[in-house]
Amino acid sequence: MPIRAEASGCTDVVPLVERGQREVFCGLTGIIWLHRKIQDAFFLVVGSRTCAHLIQSAAGVMIFAEPRFGTAIIDERDLAGLADVHEELDRVVQQLLARRPDIRLLFLVGSCPSEVIKLDLSRAAERQNQIHQPAVRVLNYSGSGIETTFTQGEDACLAAMVPGLPSLAATALSNETAPALMVVGTLADVVEDQLRNLLERMGLQVSFFPPRNSQTMPAVGPHTRFLLAQPFLADTARALQARGAQHLPAVFPLGVEGTTAWLQAAATEFDVTPEVFEQATAAPRQRAEKALAVQREMLQGQRIFFFPDSQLEIPLARFVHRELGMDLVEVGTPYLHRQHMAAELAWLPAGTRISEGQDVDRQLDRCLADAPDLVVCGLGLANPLEAQGITTKWAIELVFTPIQGYEQAADLAGLFSRPLKRRLKLAA
Amino acid sequence: MQLTLWTYEGPPHVGAMRIATAMRDVHYVLHAPQGDTYADLLFTMIERLPRRPPVTYTTFQARDLGGDTAELFKDAARQAMERYKPAAMLVGSSCTAELIQDDPGGLAQALKLPIPVVALDLPSYQRKENWGASETFYQLCRHLVQKPGDKVAKARPSCNILGPSALGFRHRDDVKEITQLLTQLGVDVAVVAPLNACVADLQKLAEADFNVVLYPEIGLAAAQWLQRQFDQPFTKTVPLGSHATRDFMAEVCTLTGLPVPAHDPDNAHAHWYAKSVDSTYLTGKRVYIFGDATHVVAAARIASQEMGFEVVGLGTYSREFAREVRDCAKLYGVEALITDDYLEVETQINALQPELILGTQMERHIAKRHGIPCAVISAPVHVQDFPARYAPQMGFEGANVLFDTWVHPLMMGLEEHLIGMFREDFEFHAGAAPSHLGSTRPAADRAMPATTEAKVSTETLTPVSVQAVAAPAQAASNQATWSPEAEKELGKIPFFVRGKARRNTERFAQDLGVVTITVETLYDAKAHFSR
Repeated sequence: MPIRAEASGCTDVVPLVERGQREVFCGLTGIIWLHRKIQDAFFLVVGSRTCAHLIQSAAGVMIFAEPRFGTAIIDERDLAGLADVHEELDRVVQQLLARRPDIRLLFLVGSCPSEVIKLDLSRAAERQNQIHQPAVRVLNYSGSGIETTFTQGEDACLAAMVPGLPSLAATALSNETAPALMVVGTLADVVEDQLRNLLERMGLQVSFFPPRNSQTMPAVGPHTRFLLAQPFLADTARALQARGAQHLPAVFPLGVEGTTAWLQAAATEFDVTPEVFEQATAAPRQRAEKALAVQREMLQGQRIFFFPDSQLEIPLARFVHRELGMDLVEVGTPYLHRQHMAAELAWLPAGTRISEGQDVDRQLDRCLADAPDLVVCGLGLANPLEAQGITTKWAIELVFTPIQGYEQAADLAGLFSRPLKRRLKLAA
Repeated sequence: MQLTLWTYEGPPHVGAMRIATAMRDVHYVLHAPQGDTYADLLFTMIERLPRRPPVTYTTFQARDLGGDTAELFKDAARQAMERYKPAAMLVGSSCTAELIQDDPGGLAQALKLPIPVVALDLPSYQRKENWGASETFYQLCRHLVQKPGDKVAKARPSCNILGPSALGFRHRDDVKEITQLLTQLGVDVAVVAPLNACVADLQKLAEADFNVVLYPEIGLAAAQWLQRQFDQPFTKTVPLGSHATRDFMAEVCTLTGLPVPAHDPDNAHAHWYAKSVDSTYLTGKRVYIFGDATHVVAAARIASQEMGFEVVGLGTYSREFAREVRDCAKLYGVEALITDDYLEVETQINALQPELILGTQMERHIAKRHGIPCAVISAPVHVQDFPARYAPQMGFEGANVLFDTWVHPLMMGLEEHLIGMFREDFEFHAGAAPSHLGSTRPAADRAMPATTEAKVSTETLTPVSVQAVAAPAQAASNQATWSPEAEKELGKIPFFVRGKARRNTERFAQDLGVVTITVETLYDAKAHFSR
């Protein structure tokens, strides 16, 4: 497929940094997909009724599938004195584990209220570990809005698991251990299976983190090489590097080009020959290119504007620009990690307007002035923008839908073309 | 601390948002951390609001907690004033800001804004959404309502309608229906508030002759204050159901001296529908009711007096109205369940095995899990209960809507009769779902050894008591076991009463010390419990 050659990219871009009202989720929202991924984990938020209400609103109807998450709601009695809070928390955990004997891993998730009152959840987790080990492991992380934005909740959760991962040196029989590959970041099971298959066809042994079950944690050590499957994992990467693992820099596996380059980073590191690489990837790549071509007709030349949401915006912008021919009006991201984004930024067209953070009113002013063809934004903004005649694609779906890898490239493009198609249909 | 999975109500500042969003020129500046904007999408998605709620969040983050959060708040309030130019401003804290104690009221006062600023004190760790809405509306009234001038003689009496808000269950259409009803009686509706009202409307509230309180959870506190301040009477009857609508009209006529209409309007069909012979099978159907206080009390009356159901249990999550609901429960010889823990509701439903559940979105899911027909009568509700079509709950059209809505999940009388006749028929066998349940099969086909139930009890956060109830009969040592023949006979009983039959038979066997339940035991129990 024709890939645009960018003269210089956005490597040295100075983003427009804004502070003000932000229309974003907090890190607690990560629980919605994390609890589906790790099948024997329970996520207990220690927070207020607001936290419970948020998760309920974000989880839509999932709350009724008897999910493995809940909230220990702080009330006025708890605010009276700290010692009492720890006893209360122990009681709630006891109650929870009695009801759910199938839980093997419990996360105590910090929230804004628990952090403002300086409730030491790490100490609580340690204390409860002593009580409930070996049946249940208790970890903690913060998903609070004051610390984390949306997908950063996953980062905090994974980073909390890293110190407890088994040591690769300890599991090896000799010191001559071959390097092993770890893919980091929650992916839909179907995507995970596809990527595993592709990497194994190149002769690589690969583990995924987070695992589907807390009893099968991947081992980590100086021989570990890891690829990030998601762009929002700064702390997790740092924690893995502290265990000696090495990060393989790459773009993210979105679109045909992105998936190929991502796989290539692993292939290069593990000395996979070009022939083997081609053999493993040729068929799915051609399939995906063909499927993308159909979508490209619809999207070519359309102007797109990204509001900040998940840190997926820059890789998505790269994909829609280079593989679908869309023009980038503004690419907003809640947080720009230069190092992890380096490969992506190099592939963006020079002069792209990138913004970091948000002042939502001013950003809306810019958006309306630019009058883009398609706006990617949260559900709080989507209908109000539609009512003003602007076509939108709600961003959260890009986090909850399988979009990575070859087989999903056209589905990902479809997420962008569908609202535009609908607009045409309804106007007709 | 309380372990919570599902909450019937949001925090009180969401209640305040419901008032601000309902009104046209009020802006709410909320001191809140990043992430609290999630509440916007309740309005934009569930209610499909085509504009953003008029709320500015200060969005403080960890790095701001050093001490400039107060400055952040002042900036946000100043900018909101410049950008939106509201006629009045609400200021307050979310749960986290309450802990950092910045005093939005004092800060906003220091800005000397040229408009009324109403400071809200909403204790997040004690109170909830409806209370927050009620308090916000009351405070707005206290700050804005002006003393009326000398009453000018009017041709027609006038009233205000108080309580309808954003994110209110069917508020849009209830207002339309009741406005029509009042207009036909000869009463002018002066102001509807807070829904679609502006500050100037609130200022004139005291000019009307009386107030109509449609939703006490939100409008009662303001109505009581208006009565104390300006001698404005307010209506006590909520016009939900045909009987209550007639009572409401009589109450309005008493207040205004207007004549009570001699007969119902042409569109009052529910009364005849309930009398028609196809409704005979509804007689004595066992119904369980849960929701907000107003809708529960009204639904119980409709269920028992207008539908001929038997109310076997009721409850509310509205603690503020617990007394009213307890009194209401006494009328039906049951004890009210006052709780905001849905697990308690589920336990009670499980024990009672009603044939119909009237409740919230949560009861809809409990009902789905237990294979019991269900209709939604109260918030919290999901997007499908903010319908495009006209669908009031109040007045005579509301009574029509209620009749259809409640009967829909049940089977038509004739169908039920046929199932009784042709129990073993290939299309009417016990496992076949009623035609009105669409594609959803009853969750627990209890003819099978209760595998679904067993799965549910390990998969859920079910209290131990429920697990004991829900466990398959064979599992409990002190319980009688079912002989294969009896189990098969039980399978012939229509699924919608099978759960009750199983439970009754087991209780009967236990009381008599029967070890093995036979077909005989089953029919002995049936005779013993027959209604």
